[in-house]
Amino acid sequence: MKDFAALVTALDQTTRISLKVAELADYFRTAPEDDRIWTVALLSGRRPRRSITTTKLRLWAAEAAGIAPWLFETCYPVVGDLSETIALILPAPQGRIETSLSGWIADLRALDGADDAARRAFVLRAWDGLPPVERFVFNKLITGGWRMGVSQKLMTRALAEATGVDQAELTHRLMGDWSPDNTNWAGLIMGHDPAASLSRPYPFALAHQLDLAPAELGDRANWLAEDKWDGIRGQLIKRGGDHYLWSRGEELMTDRFPEAAAIAAALPDGTVIDGEVLAWDHAMGRPLGFSKLQPRIGRKTVPKRLLADAPALIMAYDLLEWQGDDLRARPFDTRRALLAEFLRDLPETVPLRLSPAIVADDWAGLAAMRAKARDRGAEGLMLKRLGAPYHAGRRRGDIWKWKLDPLTIDAVMIYAQAGSGRRATLYTDFTFAVRDGAAFVPFTKAYSGLSDAEFREITGWVRAHTTDRFGPVRAVRPELVFEIAFEGIQASPRHKSGVALRFPRMLRWRRDKPVAEAASLDDLKAMLAQFG
Amino acid sequence: MVLEFREAGIYCPAADVYIDPWRPVARALITHGHSDHARAGHGRYLATQSAAPVLRHRLGEIALQTAHYGEVLRIGDAEISFHPAGHVPGSAQIRVAVGGEVWVVSGDYKTVDDGLSEAFEPVPCHCFISECTFGLPIYHWPDAADLAAQINGWWAQTRAKGQTAVIGAYALGKAQRVLRMLDPAIGPILTHGAITATNDVLRAQGIALPTTVAVAPGMDLKPYRGAMVVAPPAALGSAWMRRFGPVSTGIASGWMQLRGVRRRRGADRGFVISDHADWAGLNAAIAATGAERVFVTHGYTAPFARWLGERGYQAGIVQTAFDGESLDAGDGAGVAA
Repeated sequence: MKDFAALVTALDQTTRISLKVAELADYFRTAPEDDRIWTVALLSGRRPRRSITTTKLRLWAAEAAGIAPWLFETCYPVVGDLSETIALILPAPQGRIETSLSGWIADLRALDGADDAARRAFVLRAWDGLPPVERFVFNKLITGGWRMGVSQKLMTRALAEATGVDQAELTHRLMGDWSPDNTNWAGLIMGHDPAASLSRPYPFALAHQLDLAPAELGDRANWLAEDKWDGIRGQLIKRGGDHYLWSRGEELMTDRFPEAAAIAAALPDGTVIDGEVLAWDHAMGRPLGFSKLQPRIGRKTVPKRLLADAPALIMAYDLLEWQGDDLRARPFDTRRALLAEFLRDLPETVPLRLSPAIVADDWAGLAAMRAKARDRGAEGLMLKRLGAPYHAGRRRGDIWKWKLDPLTIDAVMIYAQAGSGRRATLYTDFTFAVRDGAAFVPFTKAYSGLSDAEFREITGWVRAHTTDRFGPVRAVRPELVFEIAFEGIQASPRHKSGVALRFPRMLRWRRDKPVAEAASLDDLKAMLAQFG
Repeated sequence: MVLEFREAGIYCPAADVYIDPWRPVARALITHGHSDHARAGHGRYLATQSAAPVLRHRLGEIALQTAHYGEVLRIGDAEISFHPAGHVPGSAQIRVAVGGEVWVVSGDYKTVDDGLSEAFEPVPCHCFISECTFGLPIYHWPDAADLAAQINGWWAQTRAKGQTAVIGAYALGKAQRVLRMLDPAIGPILTHGAITATNDVLRAQGIALPTTVAVAPGMDLKPYRGAMVVAPPAALGSAWMRRFGPVSTGIASGWMQLRGVRRRRGADRGFVISDHADWAGLNAAIAATGAERVFVTHGYTAPFARWLGERGYQAGIVQTAFDGESLDAGDGAGVAA
């Protein structure tokens, strides 16, 4: 694992993209193939199944370090990363074990049937035989959650550089539910696997937020406008008699949405549809809120009641494959026409619809339709150039999201917690409240939207104005006011305030606002009544 | 009580003196020259002889009396002496004995001999007032030879790429430690004005440092491409850096032990070098005093006091205005502290 640890160190030691790519490419050229494929897997979020719980790891590490569990738990939030905390806290290793990355992964997986004593012995022996960086890597293999400052895009670039395979082609090959167990370097990366997985989705085309006046996009007639739906972006695949529903995060959702089976039954083999999974109100003909869809995301099997409560529907955006042909290079209007033609004959009972085009002759008319998007259960408009191919990934120019301005509310910070990883020594995770007479009612958390300098300043303030501590959380004097932006608001009996926000974040620190001018619980309820 | 904890600082009633006070007082005993310990505005100062030049340099004309290490001074009803703390040149722990009871104020200290500062000596006492900047078991300092190899390796690599290496280190103590680790055979060494000034003071008192070139305004830096530049950490992100062209940046600090801090600080390299004791150092130092009572002043005070309490010490926390080792404002010093 020495060379992989060296790679981790090298990637840590630079913030420059070009150097990271060079380091990675070098590793992909020289490391053993089994290690390479595992590296690709780890960097694209695929990790071996967890064979040891983190609770056990923490206990064993504290024991090995000769400290009480409370002291270990004090160190963890300071470091911000469990694997690193363990690597730092252990006494210096007494031995040296030389095993490759894939070798360690195999050893860890062999523990599946082992009892606790055997697992403990294995872990302690590993800790005692690895220098700090390798220890850290070893722990990460168990806990998962790699953040190495390497995006999948950057890794793919390095792979392209090392192999000479086209980057877009590699992006496609890396999609889907492969693992080093069912493929290898030659098959997956070099593409020598003729039975390339039937389940493999295409890379999603992603949009930038429109940051210019729509008129600058030119002739309105060259663009299709549709609602920007707030569900789960997905890709439905029907190939070889089977169907697969993928999320944009490349999670397989097939079992979570039995509705997809009903749709797939109506699709011919060799079809791939890009669309949005929505919880649908069939009576009203509009989406139920995202909060209705949420309970369906987390569970592998869906109880009947939930299926009836939040029936799913796919709003189709695009046709990527038809009769086994990859259509992505064809112009959008051609793909959409094919899609529309097929969907026209589909019975109403099949929960698949064409995302309707928004009709308006000019940009001004479209702007008026955008302003009313919330009434249709959408969060704005999408603008798509009719002549454009289907791009892989995020690219400026041919697709834009033209979202509504967020809703905002001025709220008071009442709790603060340290961030993790890069932000481990700063207070960055805040809980916000609205006023209710003399009391403060928490209603949302937010973590992002401020600059590092502001987080540093607030961190100093938090230290000086702490009124109480609950583990890593500090209660602070309710004095700082922030403007919180969010995309939607919904009633939620699970929350003390009775509401749940969609995508809350800090828009700005309102240094000019006294607490007395922050929003009240009544203000929040009024927003719920208007926008919920 | 031999010492009391007052608004203005740590006070000895028997001698009517304060130790490292943070508000102006009539008479101050100073452990070392860092600005959170040696402040302006006191009536009279007392410090070690080797701390004196830096104190005068930083505080100007002050009424300063000096003492040798180990020399016992009688002030009022107290016997007072200074003992090496190993933190920076001239740094001291201050021992105060009143009627047979001995208390020691550590100031800032490290137990590892850096070859630059007078090496730390444990002072037996009944009560030890200790810093604990790095008082968590995640802090373990690498050994000096390792660090020197890391820094010189980075410098050589940077130079080979045609870039200049710039390392951020405290002007007093850390900078000179780094200077003495550098291999002058690799290339020329440049210093920022703040460090040049401190170097001059230390050289004048006989401390050996490698040959350095002061960076001056308007100076032609082309011949120095590939040099090592030693600068205070605050200079690293500033306009001052532009003059060097392409650079690789490094920071020397105990906080560089943490990956999150390294990444947030955005320097290319982090070197784990501190002038404070690490976890093992703190524990060894406290054990070596034989003290039964320990007060912890700055750093991870709450967990460290609890840890000591569990090990049978009578441990307490004292609120002080000392900073420990800070990277920049509101940074580093432990969210859990």
